Formats: sequence, structure tokens, C-alpha cells
Amino acid sequence: MAIQPIELILGRQFIDGLSMPVFLVDPEGNLLFYNEPAEEILGIRFGETGSMPVEEWSTIFKPTDIEGNPLPPESLPLVQTLTHHKPAQGSFYIDNLKGEKHLINVSAIPIEGRPKRFLGAMALFWNSNFS
Amino acid sequence: MKIKVWGCRGSLPSPGPENIIYGGNTSCVEVSKGDTLIILDGGSGIQRLGKSLSPKVKELHVLLTHLHIDHTMGLGFFQPLYNPNIQVHFWGPSTALEPLLHRLRRYFSPPLFPVRLNELPKHPIIHEINNSEFVIGDIKIKSAYICHPGPTLGFRMTDGDSVFAYMPDHEPALGSANFPNEAEWTSGYEIAENADLLFHDGEYTAAEYQTKIGWGHSSLQDAVAFGALAKVKKLAIFHHDPLNSDERLSKIFEECVTATSPNYDVFLCKEGEVFELG
Repeated sequence: MAIQPIELILGRQFIDGLSMPVFLVDPEGNLLFYNEPAEEILGIRFGETGSMPVEEWSTIFKPTDIEGNPLPPESLPLVQTLTHHKPAQGSFYIDNLKGEKHLINVSAIPIEGRPKRFLGAMALFWNSNFS
Repeated sequence: MKIKVWGCRGSLPSPGPENIIYGGNTSCVEVSKGDTLIILDGGSGIQRLGKSLSPKVKELHVLLTHLHIDHTMGLGFFQPLYNPNIQVHFWGPSTALEPLLHRLRRYFSPPLFPVRLNELPKHPIIHEINNSEFVIGDIKIKSAYICHPGPTLGFRMTDGDSVFAYMPDHEPALGSANFPNEAEWTSGYEIAENADLLFHDGEYTAAEYQTKIGWGHSSLQDAVAFGALAKVKKLAIFHHDPLNSDERLSKIFEECVTATSPNYDVFLCKEGEVFELG
């Protein structure tokens, strides 16, 4: 069992208390935690899934353009942040497990602990429109 | 591995006839094995430790969990720093920007202290650590940031099959997603896991803790719950509130034991106490 660093533990505590949807991922992109508002986007509760490897949650979270064409992973803000360790931002559509299409705006920020340890990222979603 | 407590009081030295049993000196613990000498924190207890050392000691290592004043106030009175024949190493937590050396100089400079680090006869060697693993003599040490205001480390010290864990200032109830139920998401778990002996913060009663959440310390009850989660064999409650007398400490500890019924060995740490592991 991997024990999470204190920065991610406190990050999870923080986003657990937010009313905006947030994902918390490790440096490999594994989805460590998503809060209750983010459950609406994925269409599934964290209590049902727990943490998910990137291969698993990327099949749930299917980003598309307005025409419904799949977007390449490297165009997604969270992937850019994990790759370059820099903030990134973007908008796209997703179809969740409930079959709902969402327009979501995403800001992804890297999480760097002391002293400059890259620990993962947070993706913050807002202005989501339910179809 | 021999462990001796030179100070287990929290926050402020508290000498006096009402504090004879548990002692009044702030955090300082000696860990030794053969010629290896490691000192955990430089609270006021380090002054007596320094006077007790064998003249044969030529090198020693001071590991600082963090730089709050109760963990550093004794350093200027630590006699080996004034002995040119002894090499002192300081190990302490990295921050995002300011080097450990600069932060130590804040203490070793006026108006806090008259002697500067570079005026010592032999400059200490500075080691910055974070989530690190390193070896001193025969003792393997693992450090990790834990939940306490400012950069703060816990230490896990392994000698053969024996493990001693040290987290004098720690608030796992805050640094946890679901305390005390999810080890993976609990601050300090990797430091304490299955330790033979854990020294852990237990400054407050459960009621007191409710008005001090976020101050970086634990209730006795949370310390017991954390020790149970980590499956330690023995828990010594550390960082006693300077406001608490021997009588009061014994009373709140008994109340904690009654309330929690720990199924492992739990006791209040005492200054002067010695433990042998392995």
C-alpha cells in the first residue's frame, strides 16, 4: 500500500470541502480522489470506485469536441500539467457513465511539495453545463 | 539501539516541584548504538545531554524534526558545539526556498543568541532532508513530512529488526482523510507502521483539542488511535502541555485509558526514561 505524502493528504482534505468539482491525481495520472461535485461529472461515486488507475478512469471520462470527436490525451489540461509540470486550461465535452454530455472548463495545476517534489496535480472544473 | 529521554515537555520548559515525574525540559531524545550517537531535537533537554557525553565522542548527529523554538532552544547551550574536537551534524527539513543553514542562523544570531554559527570552533555540517532515507552508523533512518505547521519531519529509525518512531509534534486527525481508519491517507503512518516504540504527540485532552484544531498537536485519544492504526507495540505519549502538572497529567491519562481501552502498551513519556530495543 502506497502511503500518500502529506501534501496530497491535505490536498484531499481541502477539495473534500469544496463545492466545485476537483480531481486529485498522482504523477502517473492515477485518480487518487474526486470530490462529491466531481461525482456528478463522472456519474459515479468515489465511495464506489475508490482510487482509479489512469487506464480505468480515462475510459469513464471521455473528452470530445463539440462534434463528438474524441480528443487526444495530450490536448487535455490535466495531461499537459502532468507532462510539463505547469498549469494548463481548456474546455471540452465529456460523456459520463450516466450518458450525460457535459461542457466543462478545466484548470489543472501541478502540486509541488517541499523542496520542489512533483507530487501530482489537481484539476478544477467549473461552469459545467448539463445536457 | 538505546533510547534515552532528555526532554518530553511541549512548547515551553516547565521546571518545578509539580513536574518531577514527567520532567520539564522540552523535546530531546538520545538514540545510541555503539559509537553512533543521534540526538532527536534540540529542546532544552539537550543542555543536560551535552554535559553527560563521554569525552570519547568525536562525532554526533542532531536530527531536527522542525525549527519551532521548543525544539531548538537548547542548541546554543549544547557544549559539544564549543568543542573543536567534536564534529556536529545538523539534519533538518527543507523548505521551498530558504536553506536550512539560513534558518538555523536566525537562532544563532542576535538578538536571540550572542554566538553566531560561524563563530563556533568547528562549524556544524548541515544536511537538508525531506522524504528521505539515509544511514548513520548502524541505524537506518527514514524521514517524511508530517502534519504540523511549517516544514516538519517524522523520523523512523531501524536497527536490525527494531524500529523506533518519533513524531513529537503531529496532528494526524487533521492530516487524514478519514481518521483513524485509512492508513494510506493518514499523515505519519509510514513513519510509525509496526514500530516497536512510538513517541507521539498527545498534548491535549479530547475536549481541549476541539478549541486547538490546526495548532499541530494531538489529543491523547488521537495519539492512542493513531498508534492502534499503525499497529505499534508501545506508545509513549510525548509533548506534555506545559500547563499540566504531574498530578494533572496522570489524571487525564487515566481518563484517556478509560475512554479508549487501548489493546496495546500506552504510557506517558518521562524525562530520564531509557528504552532498549533489539
